[in-house]
Amino acid sequence: MKITRRRKEKLIKNIFFLFAIVSLLILFLIVLFLFREGIPIFKEVTLWDFLFGNEWYPTYQPPSYGIWPLIVGSLIVTFFSSLIAVPIGVMSAVYISEIAPAALKEVLKSVIELLAGLPSVVLGFFGMVVLAPWLQETFDLPTGLNIVNASLILALMAVPTISSISEDALYAVPKEFKEASYALGATKYETIVRVIVPSAFSGIMTSVILGMARAIGETMVVLMVAGGAAAIPESLFDSVRPMPASIAAEMGEAPFRSGHYHALFATGIVLFFMTLIFNLVADYVSHKFREEGSGTL
Amino acid sequence: MHPIKLCLLALLGLLATIQTSPAASVIVVKGSTTVLPVVQAEAEAYMKSHPGLNISLSGGGSGDGIKALIDKSTDIANSSRELKPEETKLAGKRGIRPVLHPIAMDAIVPIVHPRNRVKNLTIDQLSQIYQGKIRNWKEVGGENLSIVVVSRDSSSGTFESWGQLVLHGAKVTPRAQMQASSGAIVQVISKNRYAIGYIGIGYLNKSVKPLTVNGIPATTETAVSRRYPVSRPLYMVTSGEPKGGVAGFVQFVLGKEGQRIVEKTGFVPVKKH
Repeated sequence: MKITRRRKEKLIKNIFFLFAIVSLLILFLIVLFLFREGIPIFKEVTLWDFLFGNEWYPTYQPPSYGIWPLIVGSLIVTFFSSLIAVPIGVMSAVYISEIAPAALKEVLKSVIELLAGLPSVVLGFFGMVVLAPWLQETFDLPTGLNIVNASLILALMAVPTISSISEDALYAVPKEFKEASYALGATKYETIVRVIVPSAFSGIMTSVILGMARAIGETMVVLMVAGGAAAIPESLFDSVRPMPASIAAEMGEAPFRSGHYHALFATGIVLFFMTLIFNLVADYVSHKFREEGSGTL
Repeated sequence: MHPIKLCLLALLGLLATIQTSPAASVIVVKGSTTVLPVVQAEAEAYMKSHPGLNISLSGGGSGDGIKALIDKSTDIANSSRELKPEETKLAGKRGIRPVLHPIAMDAIVPIVHPRNRVKNLTIDQLSQIYQGKIRNWKEVGGENLSIVVVSRDSSSGTFESWGQLVLHGAKVTPRAQMQASSGAIVQVISKNRYAIGYIGIGYLNKSVKPLTVNGIPATTETAVSRRYPVSRPLYMVTSGEPKGGVAGFVQFVLGKEGQRIVEKTGFVPVKKH
């Protein structure tokens, strides 16, 4: 059998199709599995009580499966880490793409990439062994494993995401825009603030949302430094127990197909929807605010 | 169509290699992280004297181990607790009869920062502290500092034993910090003079101060005699009576050398030799 050009073409096409379909299939199976293992919890507890119940005592008799403290924990560390990471990430991207001299630019870029490559367990360990005792000593707190600590470390993880995607967006702003701005007599500062950043706005927003999605799904760091108290926090220096930490800590010992096991999978579903929403918003923003077309001679 | 068939065949081949059951000379052990350091040392010694035999050991927790035993994906499950009723039921459904072999005693010790003045707590005081009813060290003879309660996550075997032996089923305060391993608890307590935690006696080191409970220090002797109130047995669980290589390993652990290793890893032997 001789392989003709046509056959070869077809073969290659099929192989690529297979690879493309594999990831889709895997995602589909994961979602299917997640729902199959999570849904049964709603035979024991209503959706409302599960989402907004204040008590997470899955191993007691009778158990209570309220994940509201865990949801609050996740949202609060995500919010405060974005508060830190967004300005740092966006401004460093502006500096790298618009202001820094070429040599420094390369150094900064590779340092930020290095930061992105740091394993989360290393950052978590840093937060636990270095940052926590420092916070505790400095502010005379009962514990250094708290919202502030977790937010700082998560911010450190979100900065590379925000910075590198923002930088790509800034880089993609057509050169003509800049030139036109300078031609009109605008200063560098004016050009950046009034022309470049607004043109790259959709990309920057996307980077922010993806950075937040990274923070909300991060497990190791919150497991190690958030303290893990399943209670609604009263101050910034209280411990919290974000959802991924709860799943990671408890799944290993939850009896197979027990209520606790299903409740942890259902927590996974909630987490899945949250990251899904983040991604949909990112997608929407990047289409809605896309700067279209540029006029050149 | 040929290329697709070929790819499918290749995939099937891959799956087949994953599905093949372990050879006879491999013993799979899985389960409680509390039991892990003991069995790790046991496995190393046993493999040294039995070349060709391979013991594949992993943690994951008592529940994971028992789950794996029921799924028939492990030969031995390590557990720091007895089986829960639903686990026994599920095992029965799958035609598995779990057999528990107590291999060591574990004493759970309350620990505080070395600078903490408190030396002893009663079971009742410990219970009140963990329920969040006693919130300041001065109420139990210490300095005027608030108490930071550190606990294991709610599904660990150590948490469960602590809940039974100290709290008698009462709920741990939701304000308690949760740590995912005994090592992490030592780490946290050694850095925090407000905190109290609890760990298996095998994890005790110089960076933290153990408290006596009801005036009794946790030692090998007090645990074996069960005078020390917070002690419990650790198990290796097999499916039916152990056979072949598995039986050899279980016997080794319960034998003279195995029990010496138990002692060396900081736990308490179940048999005196």
